[in-house]
Formats: sequence, structure tokens, C-alpha cells
Amino acid sequence: MGYFDILIYIFFAIGVFFNLLAGVGLLRFPDVYTRLHAGTKCTTFGSIFLIGSVILIGLKIWWNNDTNGSVLAIHSAIALIAILLTNPTGAHAIARAAHRSGVMPVNAVVDDLKNKVKKTTKKKKTGGEK
Amino acid sequence: MIDFDTYMLVLSILALSVIMAIIRVIKGPTAPDRIVGLDTINTIVIVAMIIFGAAYTEVIYIDVAIVYALLSFISTLFIAKYLEGGEF
Repeated sequence: MGYFDILIYIFFAIGVFFNLLAGVGLLRFPDVYTRLHAGTKCTTFGSIFLIGSVILIGLKIWWNNDTNGSVLAIHSAIALIAILLTNPTGAHAIARAAHRSGVMPVNAVVDDLKNKVKKTTKKKKTGGEK
Repeated sequence: MIDFDTYMLVLSILALSVIMAIIRVIKGPTAPDRIVGLDTINTIVIVAMIIFGAAYTEVIYIDVAIVYALLSFISTLFIAKYLEGGEF
């Protein structure tokens, strides 16, 4: 077992650990926003490492003179880029929709977004009446 | 080369995480909770597809994963827009 295999195993371990943490956090946290924090950030970070290990596997197959490995590595990299672009954007859209549909944070002391949204909606209403 | 059992161990732990997310989808008190669970399930399924592709050295699974990632993103945005209750 060479150093490359050890690196792949370490990447697998980190990715699996963070994906498991995402599941545990999704069950244990008290609130939509904290659950979103656990379920999105942990899966993004874990999938970086899991897909990174697949890229390393593809590079290793390529190194052993099999061109299938290059396709494996490059397509995995494209999938990783797709996840990195879409996952935080989707999380932001969910948080915005949750706050606008009236689900508030449970133990929050300060909610600045609430006051700001109220002000903007008032301005819009007055603008419409004029 | 990586052992086949290693891939299966990784995939079983990912399946455990998916089961926890499914429990959140069933239990979730509000609608955004369920959407958060679905989003997490989508991401984990994409990663599991890619690991299957590496385990069997089939590239077609990874192409399916790319398309699934983009489609799940569109569906998440659409459900969020629906929850928000505005104009499309």
C-alpha cells in the first residue's frame, strides 16, 4: 500500500465523518436555520473530500496507463464544481424562503432581518398607493 | 488499489446519514424543515452515485450524478420560490 492509497483512505475518512455529522446535526438541532447550517455546510465539505478521493483514484488509474481513469477524474471534477456552485445557492434560497414564510428562529435574541423586511415592505406599499 | 469492501463501508455510512435525513423529513414540524432534509438527501445521493462509479469504474454513473445535481438544484429553487409565496 503506497502513500497514494493512504491519502485516499484519509480523504474517505474525513468525507464520511462530515457527512455523518450532517445527519446527526439535522436530527439534533432545534431550528430550521441551525438545521440548514448543519445539513448544507457539512455535506458540502464532506463531498469535497469524497469526490476528491474519487479524483485521486481516477488519476491513479490514469497513471497505470488506462485512459478510463482520466474520464473518471475529469467528470468527477465537473460534478464537484456543480455541487460547489449549487449547494450554497440552494441553502440561501431555502433560508430566505423560510424567513419570508414566517418561520422565525427559536432562541434568537436579535433578528435584524425582520425589522429590515418590515421597513422595505412598508415603503413598497406606500409607493403603490401613490 | 482500493478494496471493494471499503467502498461498501463508505456507502453504508452514507446510507445511515440519509436515513437520519429521512427521519427529519418525516418528523419536521414545518415545511422548510422538510426541504432542508430533502436538500441534504440530494447532496448525499450525488456523492453516493460518484462513489458507485468509482467502485465499478463506470463513468456513466458520474454523468448521471452531474445531471442529478443540476436538476435537484432547480427543484430546490422552485420549492423555495413556492414557499416564499411571491410571483414567479
